[in-house]
Amino acid sequence: MRLAFVLAEIGGGLRRNLSMVVSVILVTFVSLTFVGAAGMLQMQINQMKGFWYDKVQVAIFLCVDTSTSPTCAGGPATEEQKQNIQTMLDAPAVKQYVTSWTYESQDDALKHFREQFANSPIVDSVTADQLPASFRVNMVDPEKYQIINESFAATPGVETVIDQRQLLERLFSVMNVASLVAVGIAGLMIICAILLIATTIRLSAFSRRRETGIMRLVGASKMVIQLPFVLEGVIAAVIGASLASVTLWTVGKFFIEDYLADQYKDTAFISANQVLILVPGLLLLGILLSGVSSLLTLRKYLKV
Amino acid sequence: MIRFDNVTKVYDQKSRPALDSISLEIDRGEFAFLVGASGSGKSTFLRLVLKEDRATRGSVYVAGQNVANIPSWRVPRLRRGIGVVFQDFRLLPNKTVFANVAFAMQVLGRSRGVIRETVPEVLKTVGLEGKENRLPHELSGGEQQRVAIARAVVNKPAILLADEPTGNLDPTTSMEIMNVLDKINQNNTTVVMATHDDDIVNGMRKRVIELRNGIVLRDEARALYTSMIPVVDGSDSGNGFRNPAGTSAGEVDK
Ligand SMILES: Nc1ncnc2c1ncn2[C@@H]1O[C@H](COP(=O)(O)OP(=O)(O)O)[C@@H](O)[C@H]1O
Ligand SMILES: [Mg+2]
Repeated sequence: MRLAFVLAEIGGGLRRNLSMVVSVILVTFVSLTFVGAAGMLQMQINQMKGFWYDKVQVAIFLCVDTSTSPTCAGGPATEEQKQNIQTMLDAPAVKQYVTSWTYESQDDALKHFREQFANSPIVDSVTADQLPASFRVNMVDPEKYQIINESFAATPGVETVIDQRQLLERLFSVMNVASLVAVGIAGLMIICAILLIATTIRLSAFSRRRETGIMRLVGASKMVIQLPFVLEGVIAAVIGASLASVTLWTVGKFFIEDYLADQYKDTAFISANQVLILVPGLLLLGILLSGVSSLLTLRKYLKV
Repeated sequence: MIRFDNVTKVYDQKSRPALDSISLEIDRGEFAFLVGASGSGKSTFLRLVLKEDRATRGSVYVAGQNVANIPSWRVPRLRRGIGVVFQDFRLLPNKTVFANVAFAMQVLGRSRGVIRETVPEVLKTVGLEGKENRLPHELSGGEQQRVAIARAVVNKPAILLADEPTGNLDPTTSMEIMNVLDKINQNNTTVVMATHDDDIVNGMRKRVIELRNGIVLRDEARALYTSMIPVVDGSDSGNGFRNPAGTSAGEVDK
């Protein structure tokens, strides 16, 4: 009976404040979508780390015609210099840090380049002698990149030593910044959501002050008086969180899984199902922020 | 049932206390009028009983319990034992007579069956049979006040507080309302009624507690609105002639 009563009260409240309730739904929807987007970016970063870290290599690029570094003073790398690097890689001082290495000739480099930019007109104007040959070194511990750098950077015939992991780190830091921006926007939107929920409840409490006044007088418990208001906010926030979850899943399914993963086959992307992990968190966050803001508001406007 | 022990209530440090060291006791089943001019502290007295406000000094006891010691989560239970009626009725305008009275039971979680049984009974007590489905604006003032009384007593409180319940009603209707309150009092409910309507007080011959500026000026059993003991005060003595009028008003009681 009391439950039916509380439910009827909530229904009445939602109808009375429909436009406010809709705005609460929308603002929680948008803010939680940003929270979820930040979560998805972090998941994507982790996914890529796991996928790339054991594949990344340190690349030792050899001199070509156009190289300007002092170690390339003698023009393109000679066969002799190449042999020398090979010997150094197999010497115990370096070998202990290396699991394996491969040599990528200028022709191999051109082939990879053509694959990578298959649709671009630039392909036709690039020739093999413009692309550097390289040694691709797999490290036992990718953190020990400096050892390769120190050993080879000054070796004649080597133009530069590049840690691919650093390239990845740069990508990750861009993604991290993006997720921080998303979190920042989410934070602002959450503040909006909290204020809006507080205002909604205040209006609701005001429009129902007659009822609540009578409820107080006849000795209704604090819970019976306040619960309809709290649940009103919680229901709106849960609807907003659900919309955010559906949106994120849709992005995961149709943008990431069906489009990105198809376009960039050699990159690992998160799946739509992984996005579902975020759903309970978003619902919880929605409930939490509406619950907290309604409790704070009610304490002030609905004394028992 | 209600005991005030040296109770002082100060709203505003700069003005005089609304109640000033009041000590009195109202027994179970008693009917007491709280009379006095506007601003004399009647409503404040009733609010202290309900713990709507807190006494600045002294103690208020309701049913033997010092209300200052009731934790806030137990205050609803205190209020369940007290019915309240106001001058402005305070009905829910979009609920029927039945629903207005039922509301007081619903919020306490009473079952539908109990509500359907109790509400008509109480409506009968206050003389509103057959008007269950009316909306408040379809009722006269007196009828609206009956609904408010029905709502106040439907949960069978031991105490009924009425703050100028006849303030908006004409004399005849007021007397009818007094009959209803008297009937509720006969069912062993303690009734405390604040009023400054002298005809009503004179017609009832109940205990009268007169307040002036927050002080108990007089506390007499079976009394009239003005003291039967002549007061040497130009403005008050004239009222003494109202006594015969009070007696005739008493006939409405029958
Ligand atoms: N909430 C309040 N804040 C400040 N002063 C109040 C408040 N309520 C009542 N008072 C003052 O207390 C005094 C008694 O008021 P009240 O108890 O309402 O008298 P009555 O009901 O007899 O007219 C008055 O002087 C009034 O101005
Ligand atoms: Mg008053």
